Amino acid sequence: MSNDESVKSVPHLGYGASIGVWGVLVVLTGALVGLSHLGLRAAVWGLLTITPVKAALVLYFFMHLKYEDPLLKAVIFIALTTLLIFLTLLFSDVAFA
Amino acid sequence: MSAESSVTQPSYLESQGKYRGLLGWLLSTDHKRVAILYLVSMITFFFVGVSIGFVMRLVQLTPFHHLITAQTYNALFTLHGVVMIFLFVIPGLMAVFGNFVLPLSIGARDVAFPRLNLASWYFFIVGAIIAICSLFTGQGPPDTGWSFYAPYSIKTGTNISLAVFGVFVLGFSSMLTGINFIATIHRLRAPGMTFFRMPLFPWSLYATAWIQILATPVLAVTLLLVILERAFGIGVFDPAKGGDPLLYQHMFWIYSHPAVYIMILPAMGAISEILPTFAQRTIFGYKAIALSSLSIAIFGSLVWAHHMFTSGMSDFANLVFALLTMMVAVPSAIKVFNWVATLYKGSIDFQPPLLFALSFIFLFSIGGMTGVWQGALSVDVHLHDTYFIVGHFHYVMFGGTGFGFFAALLYWFPKMFGRMYPKRAIYVAWFPMFIGFNLLYFTMLVLGMQGMPRRYYTHLPVYHTAHVVATVGSWLLVGGLLHFFGTLGYAVFRGKKTVGNPWHGVTLEWQIPSPPPVENFEEIPTVTTGPYHFPEVAGT
Amino acid sequence: MNAQSHEAHHDAFGAKFGMWLFLVTEINLFGGLFIAYSYMRHKYPTEFHHAGAELNATLGVTNTIVLLTSSLTVVLAILALQEGKKVVAQSFLYATIGLAMVFLVIKAFEWTAKFHHGLYPGAPHLALQPHGEQVFFGLYFTMTGLHGIHVIVGLSVLAVVARMIGAGKITRERNITLDNAGLYWHLVDIIWIFLLPLFYLAA
Repeated sequence: MSNDESVKSVPHLGYGASIGVWGVLVVLTGALVGLSHLGLRAAVWGLLTITPVKAALVLYFFMHLKYEDPLLKAVIFIALTTLLIFLTLLFSDVAFA
Repeated sequence: MSAESSVTQPSYLESQGKYRGLLGWLLSTDHKRVAILYLVSMITFFFVGVSIGFVMRLVQLTPFHHLITAQTYNALFTLHGVVMIFLFVIPGLMAVFGNFVLPLSIGARDVAFPRLNLASWYFFIVGAIIAICSLFTGQGPPDTGWSFYAPYSIKTGTNISLAVFGVFVLGFSSMLTGINFIATIHRLRAPGMTFFRMPLFPWSLYATAWIQILATPVLAVTLLLVILERAFGIGVFDPAKGGDPLLYQHMFWIYSHPAVYIMILPAMGAISEILPTFAQRTIFGYKAIALSSLSIAIFGSLVWAHHMFTSGMSDFANLVFALLTMMVAVPSAIKVFNWVATLYKGSIDFQPPLLFALSFIFLFSIGGMTGVWQGALSVDVHLHDTYFIVGHFHYVMFGGTGFGFFAALLYWFPKMFGRMYPKRAIYVAWFPMFIGFNLLYFTMLVLGMQGMPRRYYTHLPVYHTAHVVATVGSWLLVGGLLHFFGTLGYAVFRGKKTVGNPWHGVTLEWQIPSPPPVENFEEIPTVTTGPYHFPEVAGT
Repeated sequence: MNAQSHEAHHDAFGAKFGMWLFLVTEINLFGGLFIAYSYMRHKYPTEFHHAGAELNATLGVTNTIVLLTSSLTVVLAILALQEGKKVVAQSFLYATIGLAMVFLVIKAFEWTAKFHHGLYPGAPHLALQPHGEQVFFGLYFTMTGLHGIHVIVGLSVLAVVARMIGAGKITRERNITLDNAGLYWHLVDIIWIFLLPLFYLAA
């Protein structure tokens, strides 16, 4: 990896595609709200599925992680995995108390 | 690569850039000067912590005369812990030797973000000042222990918020250093230096840096919650409002357990550098040691609740964490075996750094093994919150990181200052240090097994003899420490000037003049072999 | 000689890498709070459900749209700068800042409404509610408050970046500072994406 590569050599999302992603995000937000009206169970499922998808869209397209070096993807993967592990192990206490 | 290329450049000690004199040190972004700034401040804080410990041992000498009040004792052990842990052991070898040696050992001119590096030191100093202010303001110094457990930390009138805010600020120093070192190792390795041609000290720094950036934020937010709980009563940790003190313990230890690996990994890395040099042969099991650093970082993040076995967690959690704790000892053991194997059939050059490195192996092994015992649930029920635990963590933190720090200092001293210290004085200092250390802390292991609780300002008569032994040990230890640092302090200014590579080391930092010039390398070297290539010795 | 040899080695990828590492610390900072939230939600499922009804979901959703749009405007600012259109880029940044301020105003409304209803930590009215609700509001103010601080920091950084574009310190060739500021802003958006269902849609 040369030190002097400038960022513009990485492909970027165009104007149209960016607005498109924004549109999807808005629609997903609407879907989330709709789900939450269908009861607690549906709301929790919405939280667990739609929300990470929204976050992933921002991460992949707006923060253009999709086009970045695998190293950066690994960095985020490590951070999220760590949190997941913390949560899982924590629940070994909480869920069995 | 000659060690003594004609020095047309001044060394980093003399050179004067934009600023002169003291400002030239306080505003320098040169990683070597930042390292010295850390060294001076950390040794100062170390001796503050030592003094507090010394007083604590005096108190235990005379429990029947109540030298001080219980409240004062609580403040003393809190302060001792906070100062030692946050101002000495956690920054530790990372801040001093990481800063000084990392760029040199990978063939770089500086770290990736030099200005951020200086900022890290300022966060360190500001955090320390804030924490120290908590001694003198409000209703007095914190008395909760360095772990600030809720609900007492929420309720006590002493100056918790300020102390905890100081630690919060210190966290930034740690995180920024972590970011800097990861970026440095990824971006600034010399041409030809793949990850598996990198020396083991940078490997340990790499693993440590990851822990720093992943775990420290959780501590930051936990301490923030304590401040908010005290100021606004948000109710997260306060049972009266539905909060749960156990949540505090979980969140606190999610950081503070990985923190102990932040403390020990760089020390292990330094030992992995010292042994090949003084055995004049390559390290045994290079890849295993490199990967074990990463394993320790990963596994070490999975075991935090072994500090909570008696806190009221579910049985299932107790089981899970006990199992994981047993597993985390394995990579450390791998290192110990590989270190010892490195010495086998080596051409041993017995020097002060080697003496302290061997002491590290001995003391850390005791510390590590006592840790494994504590991981057994049935044993921990008896040992938790006793002096056994205190003995254990002093063996690993002081016998481990502390002696590792001393070993690294002795090893890289000629590199940093271009002078050699009087070796005999160091050997003389070693005796009271080593003997005093074991008198002090082995006795604590025994006291703990006999049931002496920790954080008590007094004790039952049956424990008194052992406490006297421990206190005498502390006097030897402190005497040794004063001699040790006095000798080195003298040597900084008056030590005999040395050639660039007195130990005949083969890693990159030894291929440049001592002390190094500002830009480190005249020309960035190209690396073609592994780091511990001793070509003159057959069979390596 | 020092400064020169450092500046000659402008490592844009390194700067970006460093920024992503910093974002890791932010993710784990809020992650700690999400862990605390999960713990408490597991402990008080009905009270959290009930307390969530006290929050104004419409305002929450509105704020979500506001922040999503502000993320878009940052992306558009970066695109504009890549085409060398300095003024357009600055305009998009000012739009982002404007949206951020709208977010903060709405948040201020929400908070004052809660204060008015006695639903804040330490309020006598809240002290009479079930424990789980007290914890809910403790977490609500903590998490939205910490997020709000990040919004303020983020919009300040973007304002400085907009000025730097005007002054020619950030250009089409040397745009890493703008990119990095954008990354920070997107993270602020992502955190809110999670906060929305956690608090506003809990009911």
